[in-house]
Amino acid sequence: MATPMEEIIEITNSDKNVNPLEQLHKEEDHYTLNLGPTHPATHGVFQNILQMDGERIMSAEPTIGYIHRAFEKIAEYRPYYQITPLTDRLNYCSSPINNMGWHMTVEKLLGIQTPKRVDYLRIILMELSRISDHLICSSVIGVDTGAYSGFLYVFQEREHIYDIFEEISGARLTTNMGRIGGFERDITPRAIQKLKEFLVRFPKTWKEFEGLFQRNRIFMDRTIGAGPISAERALAYGFTGPNLRAAGVDYDVRVMTPYSSYNDFEFEIPIGNNGDTYDRFLVRNAEVWESLKLIQDAFDNLPEGPYHADVPDFYLPPKEDVYNNMEALIYHFKIVMGETEIPKGEVYHAVEGGNGELGFYLVSDGGRTPFRLHFRRPCFIYYQAYPEMTKGSLLSDAVLTLSSLNVIAGELDA
Amino acid sequence: MGQAPEGIQGSGFFATSFEKVIALARSNSLWPLPFATSCCGIEFMATMASTYDIARFGSERPSFSPRQADMLMVMGTIAKKMAPVVRQVYEQMAEPKWVMAVGACASSGGIFDTYSVLQGIDKIVPVDVYVPGCPPRPEQIIDGLMRVQHLAKNEPLKYRDSDEYKKLLSGYGFD
Amino acid sequence: MTQTATELVPHIQSLLGNDLLDAYLSYDMTTLVVKSNAVINALKTLKEDEKLDFHFMTDLCGVHYPTNKGLELGVVYHLHNFKTNIRIRIETFFSELDPRLETATTLWPAANWMERETYDFYGIIFEGHPDLRRILNMDDLGMFPMLKYNPLEDQTRTDKNDKMFGR
Repeated sequence: MATPMEEIIEITNSDKNVNPLEQLHKEEDHYTLNLGPTHPATHGVFQNILQMDGERIMSAEPTIGYIHRAFEKIAEYRPYYQITPLTDRLNYCSSPINNMGWHMTVEKLLGIQTPKRVDYLRIILMELSRISDHLICSSVIGVDTGAYSGFLYVFQEREHIYDIFEEISGARLTTNMGRIGGFERDITPRAIQKLKEFLVRFPKTWKEFEGLFQRNRIFMDRTIGAGPISAERALAYGFTGPNLRAAGVDYDVRVMTPYSSYNDFEFEIPIGNNGDTYDRFLVRNAEVWESLKLIQDAFDNLPEGPYHADVPDFYLPPKEDVYNNMEALIYHFKIVMGETEIPKGEVYHAVEGGNGELGFYLVSDGGRTPFRLHFRRPCFIYYQAYPEMTKGSLLSDAVLTLSSLNVIAGELDA
Repeated sequence: MGQAPEGIQGSGFFATSFEKVIALARSNSLWPLPFATSCCGIEFMATMASTYDIARFGSERPSFSPRQADMLMVMGTIAKKMAPVVRQVYEQMAEPKWVMAVGACASSGGIFDTYSVLQGIDKIVPVDVYVPGCPPRPEQIIDGLMRVQHLAKNEPLKYRDSDEYKKLLSGYGFD
Repeated sequence: MTQTATELVPHIQSLLGNDLLDAYLSYDMTTLVVKSNAVINALKTLKEDEKLDFHFMTDLCGVHYPTNKGLELGVVYHLHNFKTNIRIRIETFFSELDPRLETATTLWPAANWMERETYDFYGIIFEGHPDLRRILNMDDLGMFPMLKYNPLEDQTRTDKNDKMFGR
């Protein structure tokens, strides 16, 4: 029985065109590795059962559902305004986007037109939360390649974003921000001050973070070619968001179906070439710059006006009016008790979430709660492509691919 | 916090009981196992970062390996599908171990009173500290950690071999 | 800007013929109701016809209308054409006593997990699906949770005091 080395020498000497390692490993003695639900590499709870051939992954079988919280079923039992905290917990890294998306869906159903000030404020808050989502993803890609300090710098900036959210809505992470028809209170001078300080301080830190990674030879060698996907396969798999843009398709819901006055602004959509980890990282970083530009534009041109639409049937009146004014009291009662008339119908509204097209399919039967609410969650749809993306790659590349896809467990399982 | 325990001191020596020294060492070097499933996990990441640094309290090395961790911090909703995993991780941890349920979902199921969510991890593992909040602020998580430190500091040396502890574990099915 | 597919409806009608039961505009999206045994042909036509070219599957979900006798369960597809920026919704209904439908994974691999989710929630069997099993819930759940007559809360709980919960 020849030793493996002797076999390799024999194969190499006999036929120059044959890869000796391929000949040796024809027996396919793969072993199973469980990249289990609790693993530092999986940022969230999902499991991948990998068939490995040495260090290479031959096949991956994902299992999800470890944090299935039955959002769609809960939504059938909650009035429209009580579903906002539920939407918070979908993509919890960027809760205001989910909140605003839900409010816009209900406003579409009810035919409410929000004033410009509301739209611009929504743009500022959605772009801030998009920045905070991309901050987590990019810094975690850094951590997975072994560079921990970027994470610390970036989370310091996230604390400033949390300060702004806390000033506006009262909570840091799961914000429950806004109301159907607008906002519950106008943006305070303190929030404006914090926003101004953020817009001055953040670009410097972000430039430093980018300088740490983007032309870093080690980082580029690690991430270029890791987990690629072509544009055709990405479209067939239903990719949207930065992952699709990294593959080369310039699809952005903010441009295709503008909502909340996004068409008043000029911004670019960064796209990549290969759809690999490096491209996804670069696309997200470039999007942060675009978001900063959008926030600055919206903030500079913030119009005066009401901070909510004039829909007394759906927007709770202020408390002083409720206690002193009979009409406001009746409206308050009707809204909270669910006596207002909601039209019947079905509506689909999509917003550009941190990970792609976050869609809300709402069917209303005129009752107090939705008849059917389905969340079109981008993470759920593009995670299906993970086995295809990691076939044949090394385990460490698979880990990087997973973190660059930015799979948020709350959005995956809902 | 930084005080030496009671003991007899002389020139070049300090005599105290094993219990106090071991308690001091344990409470100031609790290595957490961050079992982060959802939103509370992001607040834990903020706690780990530089503003609310958890490393000041001794939790310098978050260990994802149960064998090397002291404290299991369950952060986030635990679905029924995930419950056997929590149990297995708890079983794999070596004594002494403490469990902290961070967030409303881990403490009692939170806002998700549904067919698929476990209504509190104390249904499957014994919990030492509950940190309420949805999600709790990093200061609250640190407060929970300080309470675990207090528990670790005042624990009798042979507690983990005692009948009371064995009875607690067998109540949960760990034998 | 998005346009609706209203101008395309006559063309779709000519292609689908009797399979198209209804076509109406719902807010800003044209909705087509198709017969359940012909829905995959309809989707294939919508995808491959040059004028329609709905190449992107946005969403696939199930619905349950317990009051529509004989047509209780439904599946709703959302498609999108990036080049002309038109979205369209296709609905199909069938009885809950025979919840079978052909799979859309032959047309879009994106439908794989979406159909598994629909099966998990409603019990709709997609014939031809490569791996139809539960995805989000545990395998031994025993019921299809999103059906309207299944409860939200866990019925095996013994620790809830009804008086305190206002029941």
